[in-house]
Amino acid sequence: MSSMNMKEKPTMDLASVLNKLESSEGKQYWRSLDELAQGEGFQEMIQREFPRQAAEWTDPVTRRRFLTLMSASLALAGLSGCRPPGGKIVPNIKDPDGVIPGRSMFFATAMPLAGYGTGLLAESNQGRPTKIEGNIDHPSSLGATDVFAQASVLGLYDPDREAGLTYLGKPKSWNDLIANLKSELTKLPKGNGFYLLTETITSPSLIHQLENELLKDYPEITWVQHEPAASDNNITGSAKAFGAPLQHIYQVRSADVILSFDADLLGRGPAHLSYTREFSSRRDLEKLDSMTRLYVAESTLTNTGVKADHRLALRAMEIERMAFLVAFHLKIEGVAKPKGLSAEAHLWAEVVADDLSSRGKGTTLVIVGEEQPESVHVIVAAINDKLGNIGKTVSYIDPVHVRAGDRSKSLRGLVDDMNSGKVKALFILNANPAYSAGADLGFKAAFEKVPQRYRMGLFHDETSRLCHWHIPDSHFLESWGDVRAFDGTATVIQPLIAPLYFGHNFQELLAGLSSKPNRDASAIVKDFWKNWYESPAQTALRSSVPFEKFFRRSLHDGLIEGTRALTKLVKLQVEAVTAVIKKFEASSEWKEGSKDNLEITFRPDEAVFDGRFANNGWLLEMPKSTTKITWDNAAIMSYKTALDLGVSLNTEKRPELADGVYRSPARSFGYTGGEHGRAYVDTIKLSIQGRDLVLPVWVVPGHPDNTISVQLGYGRERAGKVGTRDVGADVYKLRTSSEPWNALGLKAEITGKQHVLACTQSHHYMEGRHLVRSGTVAGTKENPKWVEAMGSAGEEHDEHAGHDHKPGEHKHDEHKHEEHGKTPLSLLPEVVSEKYAYKQHKWGMIINLTTCTGCSACVVACQAENNIPVVGKMEVTRGREMHWIRIDRYFEGNPLKANTLKAHYQPIPCQQCENAPCEQVCPVAATVHSYDGLNDMVYNRCVGTRYCSNNCPYKVRRFNFLQYTDYASVSMKMVNNPDVTVRSRGVMEKCTYCVQRIRHAEIEAEKRGKLKAERENRALDRSKDCQIQDGEIVTACQAACPAGAIVFGDLVDPNSKIAKLQKKVANMNYSILEELNTRPRTTYLAEVRNPNPKLETTGKGHG
Amino acid sequence: MAQAFPRYSNVLTWVVISGVVLGASTLGVAAMVFARTPYATHTQIALTQPVQFSHAHHVGGLGIDCRYCHTSVEESGYANIPPTKTCMNCHSQIWVGSKMLEPVRESYRTGKSLEWNKIHRLSDYVYFDHSIHVTKGIGCVSCHGRVDQMQAVYQNGTLLMEWCLECHRAPERHLRPRDQVFNMGFQPKDLSQEDGSPHTQATLGTELRKKYDIRSLIECSTCHR
Repeated sequence: MSSMNMKEKPTMDLASVLNKLESSEGKQYWRSLDELAQGEGFQEMIQREFPRQAAEWTDPVTRRRFLTLMSASLALAGLSGCRPPGGKIVPNIKDPDGVIPGRSMFFATAMPLAGYGTGLLAESNQGRPTKIEGNIDHPSSLGATDVFAQASVLGLYDPDREAGLTYLGKPKSWNDLIANLKSELTKLPKGNGFYLLTETITSPSLIHQLENELLKDYPEITWVQHEPAASDNNITGSAKAFGAPLQHIYQVRSADVILSFDADLLGRGPAHLSYTREFSSRRDLEKLDSMTRLYVAESTLTNTGVKADHRLALRAMEIERMAFLVAFHLKIEGVAKPKGLSAEAHLWAEVVADDLSSRGKGTTLVIVGEEQPESVHVIVAAINDKLGNIGKTVSYIDPVHVRAGDRSKSLRGLVDDMNSGKVKALFILNANPAYSAGADLGFKAAFEKVPQRYRMGLFHDETSRLCHWHIPDSHFLESWGDVRAFDGTATVIQPLIAPLYFGHNFQELLAGLSSKPNRDASAIVKDFWKNWYESPAQTALRSSVPFEKFFRRSLHDGLIEGTRALTKLVKLQVEAVTAVIKKFEASSEWKEGSKDNLEITFRPDEAVFDGRFANNGWLLEMPKSTTKITWDNAAIMSYKTALDLGVSLNTEKRPELADGVYRSPARSFGYTGGEHGRAYVDTIKLSIQGRDLVLPVWVVPGHPDNTISVQLGYGRERAGKVGTRDVGADVYKLRTSSEPWNALGLKAEITGKQHVLACTQSHHYMEGRHLVRSGTVAGTKENPKWVEAMGSAGEEHDEHAGHDHKPGEHKHDEHKHEEHGKTPLSLLPEVVSEKYAYKQHKWGMIINLTTCTGCSACVVACQAENNIPVVGKMEVTRGREMHWIRIDRYFEGNPLKANTLKAHYQPIPCQQCENAPCEQVCPVAATVHSYDGLNDMVYNRCVGTRYCSNNCPYKVRRFNFLQYTDYASVSMKMVNNPDVTVRSRGVMEKCTYCVQRIRHAEIEAEKRGKLKAERENRALDRSKDCQIQDGEIVTACQAACPAGAIVFGDLVDPNSKIAKLQKKVANMNYSILEELNTRPRTTYLAEVRNPNPKLETTGKGHG
Repeated sequence: MAQAFPRYSNVLTWVVISGVVLGASTLGVAAMVFARTPYATHTQIALTQPVQFSHAHHVGGLGIDCRYCHTSVEESGYANIPPTKTCMNCHSQIWVGSKMLEPVRESYRTGKSLEWNKIHRLSDYVYFDHSIHVTKGIGCVSCHGRVDQMQAVYQNGTLLMEWCLECHRAPERHLRPRDQVFNMGFQPKDLSQEDGSPHTQATLGTELRKKYDIRSLIECSTCHR
């Protein structure tokens, strides 16, 4: 029946899209091309909360896949209603000191990623780490966390981890391994022929063991580093610019103007949490006058690009030219005006350079992405020098990681040595070169020529498969170690749990090979720091406390005092810069991009990074910030490039039922337009230098033309049960070690087949009301009330908005406007004051859209805190993802004009309405208001009618259509938060404002008050004795947010941060869909940007 | 045409209809009654434990305070079962050769925990917090019964939601002074009112509820999260 309808319906074609775009000059927010064109199928889709037949299992193939993912958990589903059989209580033999059974404890530790540490606090519940929070004292965290840290607990309990030490598949003991390694090493003169391959290392104790023990005993061992998702261009660049290899540190807080050349300041890198915090402190709505201005020239759209005041879309290879162009306008000596680049780019460079040079010395900051070539780093060093920024907004330290400069290059030498037979034995620690080495090296073939191959790692992956020895590594949450942060600060990593699978780590292995074997990791780390503490250099530090005390304090604080790297005084090497300028001018011929000579850009993925998190369901299911794709990667390109390549943007067409592509589910659903998580897209064959790969196409507005961005880390062959099959494509197959970040000469060809992407992009469509409100500093000064005005304008574009847009073609109905503001929202008399007069607490949340960078840390933090299950790709394509907080991403502007395009993020948790529409329709009162005004969700009452979700205007309720929670895997039970009910099939759920944390704080406050009153021998006065301090309750999303964009607190308490904020920036505060009179507790602060008026007018072409 | 049904079928119809209605409601009532039986609620059932520990002897006889073993009851939601070490504090000195205590000594020797059978099994979606109840003046005995008289511990209350609500709706029914919380044999009449007459639970509870400023918390999220 539905298929008949589909055939008769006019499909949305490109002409209609472009027609719509013609008239899209006005202020208009949209999320997808479908939405912009408003095809009929799209209208049909958005009107239905749940897809047709959503509750049925229609497809045997996907059902099997689902069963694989969820394993036997379904078998237990039927029993959930019964009273559980009796259990056992297994107490300790002796209770450890300081542990109160039933109460969680926090331990400071750090998570290494690509060598660099982020300081964390790990929550331990009865000895199980269950949740990660940031360490507020640690410079790389400042209390925040990123998605990788949040998801690391799931990685710890991953049932697919390598479980036992084996040699050729046979179990071996630790002593066997040490004996074997020793005999292997003694066979080789001084270790000649023994190779060691590691990832980036910053661990001081490990470096000491390698350099001073292993390499001293066996000086001929060759040590190679491999880090596929990092580059040392900044270090080699600074080696040229300043004569010494150095690493930069930015003082983002002190910069009034920031210019970024392809640097994802807010989204990636070991310091991004700290930079985000500093950046948002300069985007303060209370201090509009001192708001910083961010210019970004970049290729693929990053979080930094989204937050930019002005963004220029350039191919990655054009960034260098752009940097020289800006240098030219800044009158850097010897720089001539480079040829090429669009007129728009020239104007942009001129205006930006003007803005930079008009500011005071040392108040601006120019930054470069580490993927950009050395020359850009050199010229930017010269620019910063010219602007007086060095020592002010950018400073330099010695490289934090060991052997800086060679980690991206030395793999080639290793492969050559393997081919020539020099390598007699190779020990690989964690790195996965068989997957990530790059297509040109032929690593696998060379590797198989090595007679003895060892692999120590967390998973049995592509590299392990080729090895004789498999040695399980320990996760950072279960072993001792240390790591340094971006500024050099060292942290001792302390274990939260005894190793789940195997008891040793690499440091113990090195100890076993040394003259002092049988040291465990804790002794190795402690001894190292003892020696450090007692060395002459630390005399000043030592005078205060003995080492034991110092070490305990370091463990407690999560950082070691006195380890922060010292800032270096640097001097620009003018000749070196001149040489770089000359070289650029000699080599630079300008090539216009074309569809026959495309550029390909490789970037680490924001979910799986370089592929190491490919078996982590939380990360895979996290919608990526700009694309909202889950469980996949894609070839990202601009609209124009997609049109040039002949990609059909018609996502409502029924899919081809060809072999090897997704088949039946689409038919049973009847439409495929990208709503409810399902997007049928063309696939494209990318070929470069004789290698090819098929990827699905995804169009991102704001992406530069004639270039395609791809993300590393997918298409794993051996990642584990979750990440192995059907999870993206392996773009390492196109990537070479000589051009790891971008390469020209790409050809792209439509395959004619289609692919389903699980994309949450236009889920939860809210029909074009002013949900996101965005304005400018200048506009706010002109009309401080623009936020309110925009809201009452409803769907119409509003001329009072902060933007200097013309009203466009929309005709305002002034009369209607006026009335809208005044008409009462309800026919009933206002009883608000009585009904909502919560005497003691009234919890509320404010989300600041000005500072939100869309990083998704809140999404994963919420998942970890609230036991939210992973549903798998097929379920996401049915619109059934379970995240309690989602981040909507809206675009604004014309998608064919990449440089004027703006994007906005808006996190949406449950709005906790006072007049909650969901409560009114629940037949069993499973969702009700509590005394402090929370919209409670009672799982054990819910019978699964889904009426509440249908009636929710914000679409924040999530339903367990199937048994998503994994009850079967033993280790996965351990990751659950014991304070939150684990939901089973047929139950509705939603954001609770972390009610478990609220109730916990409440109980603590009540106990405190009661005991105080008792001590003072008087009756208890709740309003005085039992006060919960502001900041005592922190929701999981709030705690994770690096931008501090989420504020939670008591609206009744006039001194709370939230109440003050609401008062101070009242004109920026709004609720979404307030016209429905739902009275949400969650409100938003409008987005304010600080654009340069010169670019703003010219960029728009009018006004 | 003759009647298809004889006259008595009218009666039969009514008998059948009322039988079905009555039967269904009886079944419904029976189900609700059944759900409250000790069998269904697991009350009054003592289980065999690895060691026949007698609360009657230790608490009733020797007068050991509840908190000597259940140390976390005032600080944590969870009132812990004591570690083997707690038993050995005394039993390394007295009854050192007792056969009955062999599992305890073995556990201490081998480092393998004793495995006690769980008596009170609350559903996983209920978050009961011991510490707030004892701090607010609810005696152990209110929920657990006279543990000091139990040879083997059994579940005293039904642990049904109505059982919790009975007190949550009117906390004065069970309130006692803070210093009497762990006193198993406490009777309100032991205390006297201002005018010298002995307290009843009603008078004492009302007075304490006011003094301790105790709310009646019957919101869902108080217990379900």
